[in-house]
This record gives sequence, structure tokens and C-alpha cells, in this order.
Amino acid sequence: MSKIKDFQEYVSKSQVWRSIFRVGVPTTDRKRALAVLGNVFLHLHPVKVRTSGIRLKYTWCMGGISFFLFLVLSLTGLLLMFYYRPTGEYAYPDIVDLGEQVSLGLMRELHRWAAHLMVITVWLHMFRVFMTGSYKPPREFNWGVGVLLLIFTLLLSFTGYLLPWDQLAIWAITVGGNMARATPFAGYEGPGASLLSIGDIRLVHAGDDARFALLGGRFVGTNALLRFYVLHCVGIPIVAGALMAVHFWRVRKDGGISGPL
Amino acid sequence: MADDATAKNVIPTGSAGAGGKSPEAVKAAAPAATRRSFLASMSWLGLGWVAFTAGTGAALTALGRFMFPNVLFEPPQSFKAGLPNEYSLGVDERWKEKYRVWIIRTEEGFFALSGECTHLGCTPNYFTSEAKFKCPCHGSGFYAAGGKEKIGINFEGPAPRPLERFRIALTDDGQIVVDKSQKFQQEKGEWIDPESFLKI
Ligand code: HEM
Ligand code: FES
Repeated sequence: MSKIKDFQEYVSKSQVWRSIFRVGVPTTDRKRALAVLGNVFLHLHPVKVRTSGIRLKYTWCMGGISFFLFLVLSLTGLLLMFYYRPTGEYAYPDIVDLGEQVSLGLMRELHRWAAHLMVITVWLHMFRVFMTGSYKPPREFNWGVGVLLLIFTLLLSFTGYLLPWDQLAIWAITVGGNMARATPFAGYEGPGASLLSIGDIRLVHAGDDARFALLGGRFVGTNALLRFYVLHCVGIPIVAGALMAVHFWRVRKDGGISGPL
Repeated sequence: MADDATAKNVIPTGSAGAGGKSPEAVKAAAPAATRRSFLASMSWLGLGWVAFTAGTGAALTALGRFMFPNVLFEPPQSFKAGLPNEYSLGVDERWKEKYRVWIIRTEEGFFALSGECTHLGCTPNYFTSEAKFKCPCHGSGFYAAGGKEKIGINFEGPAPRPLERFRIALTDDGQIVVDKSQKFQQEKGEWIDPESFLKI
């Protein structure tokens, strides 16, 4: 018995141990709070949460689940990137191989299901915030951040949709991309676009409008595939990640999760 | 170098000179100096902001321009479609995959019909038995028979207007040439344009 105690003492007094766990087991509330604040991972979560804030009936945990799914998507997406090549020649066969040749062929399924789920949970989270009136001052700003997060979630979904490079993907993005033709002024069929012309020459046409910039061409081709890939795997996740940091920060600065009305 | 040295000398001289004068003189000189240096600093500040704004604007414009490719690896807008006698009456699908165009021959001649659905841009399928073009995306239907006034007109589904037609002509060597950069829209009354139809 004392041998074990000696050993525990030896370990907990060693330099390695003390360099990692700088204080002992926190025994008071104050020490617990300090332990949370002193740890980079733990400090992301508030030290104190109101009871109503963790009531499942109140939050549905929809924001939390959305964030969890974002982490799942980042991880599974990162793993998919080891096998997926965003070119006209390889994209579709690589997608097929991800299911048939790669061990643990369900990585793609995980990514896909998590993606569908995330879109649903983000909407439900928004619905909850609306129904509990949590958008009211001082939380209006965070509602705005949330709207941006919703848009970026949908954009992730939209850009990811093209990557399998099958018929469904190509035509869905053709249809979606064509909506950009109707952008006011910047789309060649949009309101005001015909005003931007010099004599007979249209300044905004199919070869230089918003849709052209989105697709990198006049129709959905390999330029569009590469563009969507870069946006999907790098651009949008970075922006969405930064917005999430702001979102969570504001939840705390606005006084924590709102209470029941 | 020499200019530099003089310029450097000029500024301290002012304050050093002021320092040498009696306190009253300093008081009297101070407002003038302050106003002058204030105005000078304001104009420098203004110039700085203008330069900063212009630089940022130029950089952002260049960044935006970067997203528009200059070279496209897409099929050309205009192509030669072979000799007229290679076509029989009706809808011909040989250019559909590459150029998204149907060449249609009627009793009077030829026209080139766009394979881009006027709803949201999918490529409709041609069904011989039903004599129609049917879009797989949301079900728009367009007539594929009934003569040159009727072929391409929408009759079901969400498509708001008929399929477009392209400029069609004969080259010097007698081949049909289709130019997709010039389109003719029925709802604008452009299908009667002679360039939209090749009489043979
Ligand atoms: C850092 C984050 C992410 C990375 C690195 C990533 C990466 C990828 C890659 C490489 C693919 C192609 C392979 C495949 O289709 O399975 C893909 C597909 C896809 N991604 Fe993501 N992704 C991320 C986040 C998201 C998010 C947040 C969503 C939606 C909310 C999403 C939705 C999709 C969809 C719908 C597909 C198509 C899946 C399919 O049809 O198989 N992704 N992603
Ligand atoms: S794109 Fe053809 S019906 Fe919608």
C-alpha cells in the first residue's frame, strides 16, 4: 500500500508531471475556475453556465451538435483529401474508389451524412433561437453572425455537391450556378445589367459576369470543379471557422446562453 | 544628398530659433508655427489616406480580376457542321454532346437549336416517339416536330420561353457553319431573321 503511495508521490513530484499539471487537484471552486482558465482547451468553454443553458429542453443542444458535426466534417473531409483529386479525369473514379477500394470505405458516407445533418441542425438551431426570443438585445449582433454562418454552411454544401463529378453533381451546379445569371448588375440576365453597355456593346455578358467568375467558364467544366474544391476545402471552412470563434465569443460576452422567457 | 542635408537642417532651425528668442517671442510665434505645421500634417495625412485608399482599391480590383480566367479550354463558339446532304429530315443529335446544338432539317432548310433548357440550363433529351425535347431536371417540354415555326417552343414544365436558335450559314466550301455567339429568340420575334435559318 505504501509502495503505491510512494510511487504516486514520486510521479506527482517529478519534473515532467509538474510541468504538465502545474497545480494539484483543484479542491475549491476558485481553484477549479483557475484550472479551467489556465488550460487552452478547457478555457474555450465558459467556467460557469446557467442551469437553463444546459437544459436540453431549452437549447436542444442544436448549436453544439452543429459545431460537433463541423468538426466531424473537417476531420473526415481532411481524410478524403488524401484520396480525392479534383480534376475531370480523376474526380469521379476517385469518388468510386473511396467507397470500393479504400479501407474503411465509409469515410465518404460519414462525410456525406454529417453534411446533410449539419444543414438540418443549423436550421433547427436557428429555429430554437427564434422561438426562445434569444435574438433580442444584447444578442442581435450574434444573430447576424449566425445568419452568415447559415449562409456559409449552405455554401459548403453547395460547393461539396459538385465534387463527386457525376451527372447529378454537374446538373445540380448548372442549375444553381445559373441563378447567378440573375444577380442585379453583375449577372448578364440580372436587372440593370443591360444598362451597363456602351452603345451596342454589353459590358456584362455570359463571358464576364458573376456566374462566369463563379464557374471559371461559360458552363460547369473542370475550372468549376477546381474552384469549388478550393472553396470547399480551404476558403469557406476558414471563414466559417473564424465566424464560429466570433459566435462563441459573443455568446459569452452577451451574458451566456439566454434564459427562459 | 546635398538637398537632403539642407532639408534636414531647415526643420530644426525653426524650433532652435524659437528656443533662442525671449519667452514673449515664443508665445507670439507659436500659434503661427502650429497652424502651419498643423496644415502641413493635415495635407500629408490626407495624401496618405488617398494613397492608402487608392492602393487598397487597386489591389482589390486586381484580386477580383484574377478570378476571371483569360484562357478557356472550352469548345469554340462557332463550328463547321459538315455538308447539308449529310443530314436527313428531322432532328440530328451528332453535335449535341460537344456543342450542345441540334441541327434540324425541315422541308425548307436548316436551323440550329440550342440544347440549353431555358429554365435553368440543363440539356433536354430528345424523344423521337413523343416528338419532343424533355428536360430531365424539372420536366420542361419543347416541341421537336411541326415545322420551323413550332420546333423548340415550350409547352410544359417551368421553362418560361422557347429554346434559342443560333446563327447558321454556309461556308465557301459548302459546309454548314453554326455560330453560337449570335442567338435568336422566338419571343423577341427573331426566328424570322434570315440568319437564323438556312434555306436549301
Ligand atoms: C474543413 C471542412 C471540410 C473539408 C476539408 C471537406 C472536404 C471534402 C472533400 C474532399 C469532398 C469530396 C469527397 C466526397 O464527395 O465525399 C467533400 C464532399 C462533400 N462535402 Fe465536404 N468538406 C468539409 C466540410 C463540409 C461541410 C461543413 C459540409 C456541409 C455542411 C460539406 C458538404 C459536403 C458535401 C454535400 C459533399 C458531397 C459528398 C458526396 O456527395 O459524396 N463539407 N468534402
Ligand atoms: S432546367 Fe430544364 S426544366 Fe429546369
